[in-house]
Amino acid sequence: MNIINIEHIAKIYQVGSEEVHALADVSLKIDKNEYLAIMGPSGSGKSTLMNILGCLDTPTKGLYDFKGQNVSEMSDNELAKIRNREIGFVFQTFNLLPRSDALHNVELPLIYAGVPSYERKERAREALINVGLGDRIHHKPNELSGGQRQRVAVARALVTQPSIILADEPTGNLDSKTGEEIMLLFNEIHKQGNTIILVTHEEYIAKHAARIIRIRDGFIESDERVPERYIPQLKVQEEN
Amino acid sequence: MGHFFFELKESLFISFRAIRANKIRTILTTLGIVIGVTSVVLMSTALKGMDIAFQDGVAALGSDNIYIDKWSWFDNTIPWWEVRNRKNLDLDEFKKFEELAKLPLAVSPTVWTNQTLKHKDRTLNFNMVTGTNHNYIQTTNLNFAEGRFFTQLESESSRNVVVLGSSVAESLFPRGGGLNQVITIKGRKFRVIGILEQQGSFIMGNFNPDNMAYIPIGVVFKYFHRSDFRSITFNVRAQNNAMLEETKEEAISIMRKIRGLTYDKENDFSINQQEGLLNNINQTTSVIKIAGYFITGLSLFVGAIGIMNIMFVSVKERTREIGIRKAIGAKRRTVLGQFLFESSVICLLGGFLGLAIAVLLSMVVNQFLPTSVQVDAVILAIVISIITGIVSGLAPAYTAAKLDPVDALRYE
Ligand SMILES: Nc1ncnc2c1ncn2[C@@H]1O[C@H](COP(=O)(O)OP(=O)(O)OP(=O)(O)O)[C@@H](O)[C@H]1O
Ligand SMILES: [Mg+2]
Repeated sequence: MNIINIEHIAKIYQVGSEEVHALADVSLKIDKNEYLAIMGPSGSGKSTLMNILGCLDTPTKGLYDFKGQNVSEMSDNELAKIRNREIGFVFQTFNLLPRSDALHNVELPLIYAGVPSYERKERAREALINVGLGDRIHHKPNELSGGQRQRVAVARALVTQPSIILADEPTGNLDSKTGEEIMLLFNEIHKQGNTIILVTHEEYIAKHAARIIRIRDGFIESDERVPERYIPQLKVQEEN
Repeated sequence: MGHFFFELKESLFISFRAIRANKIRTILTTLGIVIGVTSVVLMSTALKGMDIAFQDGVAALGSDNIYIDKWSWFDNTIPWWEVRNRKNLDLDEFKKFEELAKLPLAVSPTVWTNQTLKHKDRTLNFNMVTGTNHNYIQTTNLNFAEGRFFTQLESESSRNVVVLGSSVAESLFPRGGGLNQVITIKGRKFRVIGILEQQGSFIMGNFNPDNMAYIPIGVVFKYFHRSDFRSITFNVRAQNNAMLEETKEEAISIMRKIRGLTYDKENDFSINQQEGLLNNINQTTSVIKIAGYFITGLSLFVGAIGIMNIMFVSVKERTREIGIRKAIGAKRRTVLGQFLFESSVICLLGGFLGLAIAVLLSMVVNQFLPTSVQVDAVILAIVISIITGIVSGLAPAYTAAKLDPVDALRYE
């Protein structure tokens, strides 16, 4: 069953008198519980595509069908609702609220979903425990390491139990070991039945996914299954 | 409903955090609101104080009174030359009036003169002296600190006795003990037989009983003025407020009879009431009010501009935060509400500060005017702050609400 079905999507920016085709013509189907990596050179339109898939942005042309709903024709409010209920974002720069502690950051989507305070706190705490931050609940972002911040962001993306997780270079700001920890987390999430779409520059990160799409100049260049998927393993704890 | 409530709570939380993060900036921006609210509260309080002071003054003189006079006190529709040519009211007419009037509680004649009062080396120049008779006290609400008013005998035989207002007594006898002392009025000796309680109604000016001395009316004509040169005023006190109109009607018909006016003649005297004085005062206070509201409005306007400015800065600074919130599901109206709420909270804080300052200042003002900050002034302050907050937050909040989430997230 398709969760996402986009057909002939284009995103055109007007810069001065010039038109920039961030996305020229993209069609794509994504099934439930897929693990998809999007690759491509800088400026090829990966983030643009992610933003459209995540309902943060609307395409200039084309059709976007999300779980049978026509997103291209939705109002701002409806898009906000979809983002809140159906989509979990993980960004390269974490994008946490700097003055709020981990718990409140994770709680935030539930506030906008109208979940009562008690349940909210409970679910946020649980999400933080699941990403291994049970002992950092009341730390502010600047009191956490990069990897820990990204875990908070993952917990925030998961807490609403969305249909898809969108991660735009989630390991881009992390060293390879910490990045690997985040990828391990994604693997767990995927195993639990979640759908994950991941943007990355790194070939070895992309290998964690089951399917890789390559974009160039706003077009899909290739769309392939990964023959030998890399399944990250829990490291022995002796490193600490 | 739940939604709205949670978002509101989140807004409150965000506001306080933002304010805490920018304490000094917030305090500086609220200054305009603080000044605005302080002046609004002080002004409404002071005006109320003036009203009360005035009403006290009126009450001391008696609000159930009418005053029959040659002159009209407040009505200037009758040309002054006509009034000037009227016949003076004299004591004979008063005696007839007193005889014929059935409705009043009491009537008394009064005449005013300015004289120099002296006791030893203490002098009061050009002090207001009222000449009247023994019934005067019944036409007023004056109370005595010491002594008594003059008796019928003293009044009718024009004895040299005087009753002093509290301020006059204090000036002539700073250490007290004025009762039964002898003072001079224009060189004539008078015995002090009574001293009035303080009235404190500054508003009546020279007519304030505190600044007055009272002597029998006959004495005025004996020593100070020729009786045919001065018109006297009849103080008429109704039995109660409900009887005021009737008493007035009776007074008019008696006066017309005394003056022998035929039906086609206009009154050649005037009936004056406190009401006229009230209207007069209201005119004065409304000028003060307009000026006050103008100043207040101006400072609130300046304050609102300041808040608007700082809210724009705040929206700019928090562009990324807005992007994050939108990415995880905040709707436009949520963001709008958040910033409106924040500017209202800032204004409300300013309002409370202004209120506190106003309360302190009103304690100072209370030395001159009977003032105290009332509940309605507090409500006014709060409502004004919230409205200012919403008005000044509207444009910045709208800017924040319509930010594009992608642009906002990319903002450095
Ligand atoms: N708001 C915008 N206005 C104009 N052009 C834009 C805008 N956003 C993106 N673009 C252009 O669209 C193209 C695609 O941008 P996008 O951010 O999707 O690239 P990307 O593949 O994510 O690159 P990177 O790997 O560097 O993140 C770029 O050429 C960019 O300059
Ligand atoms: Mg990108």
